[in-house]
Amino acid sequence: MGLKANYLREVKAFQPSPPYAANAIKAFLVGGALCTLAQWLAEWHSRLFAVSPFAAQLWAVTVMSGLAIVLTAAGKYDDFSQFAGAGAMMLMTGLANALASAAIEHRSEGWTAGVAGQMLKAGGATILYGIIVAYVLGLFWP
Amino acid sequence: MKRVGKQTWVFDEDIYIRAAATAVGPLEADGPLGGYFDIWHRDLYCGEETWELAERRLMSEAVARCLQKAGVSAHDVDLFLAGDLLNQNATSNYVARELPIPFLCLFGACSTSMQTLAAAAAFVAGGLADTALVATSSHNATAERQFRYPTELGVQKPKTATFTVTGAGAALVGRTPGRWRIRAATIGKVIDAGLTNPLDMGAAMAPAAADTIEQHFRDLGTSPSDYDLIVTGDLSRVGSVIVRELLAESGYDISDVYNDCGLMIYRPDQKVFAGGSGCACSAVVTYGYLFHELDRGTFHRLFVVATGALLSQTMVQQKQSIPAVAHGVVIEAAKQEPDSLP
Amino acid sequence: MEYVRAFLAGGLLCALAQLALDRGKWTSADVASVLVILGVLLGFSGVYDRFVAWAGAGATMPLSGFGYFLAKGVMVEPRPDGLVETGAAVFRFAGALFAFIVAGSFFASLICKPKG
Repeated sequence: MGLKANYLREVKAFQPSPPYAANAIKAFLVGGALCTLAQWLAEWHSRLFAVSPFAAQLWAVTVMSGLAIVLTAAGKYDDFSQFAGAGAMMLMTGLANALASAAIEHRSEGWTAGVAGQMLKAGGATILYGIIVAYVLGLFWP
Repeated sequence: MKRVGKQTWVFDEDIYIRAAATAVGPLEADGPLGGYFDIWHRDLYCGEETWELAERRLMSEAVARCLQKAGVSAHDVDLFLAGDLLNQNATSNYVARELPIPFLCLFGACSTSMQTLAAAAAFVAGGLADTALVATSSHNATAERQFRYPTELGVQKPKTATFTVTGAGAALVGRTPGRWRIRAATIGKVIDAGLTNPLDMGAAMAPAAADTIEQHFRDLGTSPSDYDLIVTGDLSRVGSVIVRELLAESGYDISDVYNDCGLMIYRPDQKVFAGGSGCACSAVVTYGYLFHELDRGTFHRLFVVATGALLSQTMVQQKQSIPAVAHGVVIEAAKQEPDSLP
Repeated sequence: MEYVRAFLAGGLLCALAQLALDRGKWTSADVASVLVILGVLLGFSGVYDRFVAWAGAGATMPLSGFGYFLAKGVMVEPRPDGLVETGAAVFRFAGALFAFIVAGSFFASLICKPKG
């Protein structure tokens, strides 16, 4: 069958598919490493300040998010994500990057319409669906 | 000027490109064609406060340098044709604000370079203008933030994605003899192959490019060997293979004379995914590098087919497919006596 | 040992998310939302508590951990009751993260221009 007559199907042969295995391995290694770092932070914090493991986990995730915001501001997180894929995007650091990148990008449109108005445009969906599901379940969970 | 076949304009009278100028950003200046551009910036902001102002500056500089090269005052230009990628063609409108020239704004996405050049040639040939200025621009960051995501957002782009060229090109078209002649132009139809992925524009645009090139051959009765170089705008690594295949199916083997501006402008080791794209891609490669090669005599007759994906963020989010268009212009070195187009 | 478990759990979640992006052709916002919603569901059912106890940051760092923090705010004793208490409880722990990220992003935009 010709390419022209059946373009939508035949064109797939010309479109390089993502390197599934390599991408998954990179995501595994980078995502795992970031989680290990967060675990180390949590244990250090828990030991030093004698807080509960839960509070220490929350603290560690917060600190990691702060690191992601700093890297985003330095213009490095996008390069890091291009390499690590989901290993950088699907962690809390990825959400921090989504908000920070939108805020930084739109500062040229001012503090209200730009930074505040657009901050949630990339990460908002994730946060909103979490809140919606948690709130509704919270009302009705036995 | 006459129409030949269905979509092709042939300019029998002498329509010249009197001067052309280009301005580019850091990555393009660092690329293999860096030395052929007139103005280059080390900084992606080009010394301005925002990305949009940077793009405007690129176009202003290209226009000013073009007029300077031709030795023409802006007051002596009869018509300004320009377009870019931003919403409402913002860059072009604001550049036109500074110029005392009647202005027609054109949008053809990345096909704008040849769209404006073909239109300018037609206006000049039709006697509606003696001198017409054309310009087009694109900027990597303005395009990213408008069509895709914030520039610092961590997204993993696929190998099919293209990298918007930061730059601007301008050319002055008129009857006063110059070094390059516009011989013909083929205006493309909008072709929608049904693709929906905005990160694979090469595959979306290739059918439009193939359609325009094939129509051009049919209208003029020419074949690929009549051209020294057939160059598409920004089909990149993915689309350039497809367009060759599509034309081969129609019986035209362009492999020997074919290239793509998106593949020429960057080195293979520059991280640009499948290659360059954007209005400026075909503009700076043509007005910078290819015109230089026409001067040197490497090529005598070029067929530049600028390809545009008429992408709308809203339409894509509404699951609509991406229409595409391609416009081609035949440009010759004016040094020798022009041999007739067969 | 807890480091190995954090590495394995976090890495595996990321690898699965990567496959959903590449093979499933989902957008990153889709995958992220699904991860958070999964975290909320598993958080309410108590499964995620055990996962966190086993994997530590390997469970809290992925976006499903954000869902877990949302659910965890509600799943405390005594359980919040009614529209107001539940609404406030949702933000008990996740709100800390949210406030930090929003404020951090604001200050980042105060200082930095996008680098392109």
